[in-house]
Amino acid sequence: MALAAAPTATRRRKFSAAGRPWIPYLFVAPFVVLFLVFLAAPIGVAIGNSLLSQQSSGLGFGGRELTFVGIDNYIRAFQDSDFVVSFGRVLLYGVVQVPVMMIIAGLLALLFDSALVKAKKFFQFAVFLPYAVPGVIAALLWGFLYQPSVSPIIQAFTSLGIDVNLLAPGTVLWSIANIAVWSNTGINMIILFAALQTVPREMYEAARLDGAGEARIAWSIKIPMIAPAILLTTLSSVIGTLQLFNEPQVLKTITSNISSDFTPNMAIYAASTLGKDSQYSSAMAVILGVVTLIISVVILRITNRRSMGATDGI
Amino acid sequence: MASDTLTRIAPLAGAAPGGSGTGEDEPRPRRRGGDVNRIAGDRVSRGWMIAVTVAMIVATAYFLIPVLWLVVASTKSTGDLFSTPGFAFADFHLWDNLVALSTYDGGIFWRWGLNSVIYSVFGSVLTTLVSAVTGYALAVYRFRGRKVLIAIVLGSMLIPGTVIAQPTYVLLVGLGLNNTYAGLLLPALVYPFGVLLCYIYAQSSVPTELIEAARLDGAGEVRIFVSMGLRLMGTGLVTVLLFAFLGSWNSYLLPLLVLTDQELMPLTVGLTGWSQSSITIPGLQILTVVGSLVSIIPIAVVFLSLQRFWKSGVTAGGVRF
Repeated sequence: MALAAAPTATRRRKFSAAGRPWIPYLFVAPFVVLFLVFLAAPIGVAIGNSLLSQQSSGLGFGGRELTFVGIDNYIRAFQDSDFVVSFGRVLLYGVVQVPVMMIIAGLLALLFDSALVKAKKFFQFAVFLPYAVPGVIAALLWGFLYQPSVSPIIQAFTSLGIDVNLLAPGTVLWSIANIAVWSNTGINMIILFAALQTVPREMYEAARLDGAGEARIAWSIKIPMIAPAILLTTLSSVIGTLQLFNEPQVLKTITSNISSDFTPNMAIYAASTLGKDSQYSSAMAVILGVVTLIISVVILRITNRRSMGATDGI
Repeated sequence: MASDTLTRIAPLAGAAPGGSGTGEDEPRPRRRGGDVNRIAGDRVSRGWMIAVTVAMIVATAYFLIPVLWLVVASTKSTGDLFSTPGFAFADFHLWDNLVALSTYDGGIFWRWGLNSVIYSVFGSVLTTLVSAVTGYALAVYRFRGRKVLIAIVLGSMLIPGTVIAQPTYVLLVGLGLNNTYAGLLLPALVYPFGVLLCYIYAQSSVPTELIEAARLDGAGEVRIFVSMGLRLMGTGLVTVLLFAFLGSWNSYLLPLLVLTDQELMPLTVGLTGWSQSSITIPGLQILTVVGSLVSIIPIAVVFLSLQRFWKSGVTAGGVRF
């Protein structure tokens, strides 16, 4: 302890008293300014805006003026059943999509980490390639594959005598989930694979000497060792599902089974552009932000209790 | 302590740019160098091998087939797109389609492509610089407010860009920056995840001793950062650059809100606009297909060319066949 503490103290002294104490502030200034203008200010704008409402003045001819309405916009949002349902929809979606994707990504990462896979580079490229396809383009692409008129998938099913409609009210959510799995499995696999690479190989040798098989090693050593990476990827996937926008917004153009407020973000976009109600839209954005934050914190709490050292020494 | 200093100094010799130290103060080394004694699992049964190979082929088919379909579909005429089987080549119309793509609406597609390149290249380079200088300062200096800033960076990672897209749009309208390049470029520069990555990389790859030595030689702090810090953080910066580039290239909601001028739109917004219009203008359907294919190519090239770079950092030393 003493050994470790001494250099830290030296470092601290040397680095804070370098003659020009303003240097660190100069270095962080660009980020801080940009942060204040493009992250803190929008949050402030959203909160402030959400407490206002447009009221048509006089006979409704002239301009509309903004009046303070308190939490009226929030009450309206919570009473808006479509908006509430959109949250339920993305939660249902996330409960299925995130585990499916993480299990596929984890299995692939474990396989790539084992000696079982030949032609690793090619297979890794294949799995990662969809991540290089922009989400919107992926949605356009799958959109074609969901349309009976052009889709080879539906053509194949039809030739087998099976009638499928991938854009029906009951299936369209899972068709969207499929696009997300297709797009994002690759990056999650790469992150988990990279984490597996950092596990000291000696641990496996010791386990093998003790008679553990590959499956047992994967379950009892590899997975616990990469718990922080699993947490990171799961958390960002959950945040991603709450923000769901691109895929349903694109698919909306080819099916009438996706409403303009299918997901919370779509409802915000619709209120802002179609409804021209920036104040109501801001209130919904604040609600979405708070819900995201709460779910993130809950996940961090639950998993932090189980996996120590997940904070990476920060 | 001696060996710690050694591994910390090792990158100075230029042996491993960005190679991480493995001192007691870093409980979890990010990667391992020189890992050659990997057991090749020589007693793996044939059955498992076959099962795994089949699984890999199925997975590969799932991930590649949509892209293959896009390639095949791009070579078809509008009529054949609807009348021929999806994976069967029909009359080869790729060149005609590319000409149509390039000339439609005065070549607006290439304008969108140029815009996407502008947003992604400028955006990612600037984002990486801002993140690098911030992460470096957080790792190297001890100053008042440092802990607060770290907390802010960590906290704002939980605030997804799309949640503040609408308020950002309101703000940009207020600033008169809606419908401008700057309006889309500037908000992207706040990239807390990039700052965090740079902070971690700077912590593990910029040795204190080296900075002190440079100071004794009379180098200024800015020069130390530019000539040593950036170089030592190399691998990490490429990772941040790649993620920032992908982020800009994929960005959709903010440009959709902020831009109304066709001339300023990136590919994502332009192509979805075409897809939407193809309901009334059938010719646009094939243009959307070809345009999608063309728009994927540069990003795949960027990823592939950078892959060697950043994957070498991630999977360093693993001797595999």
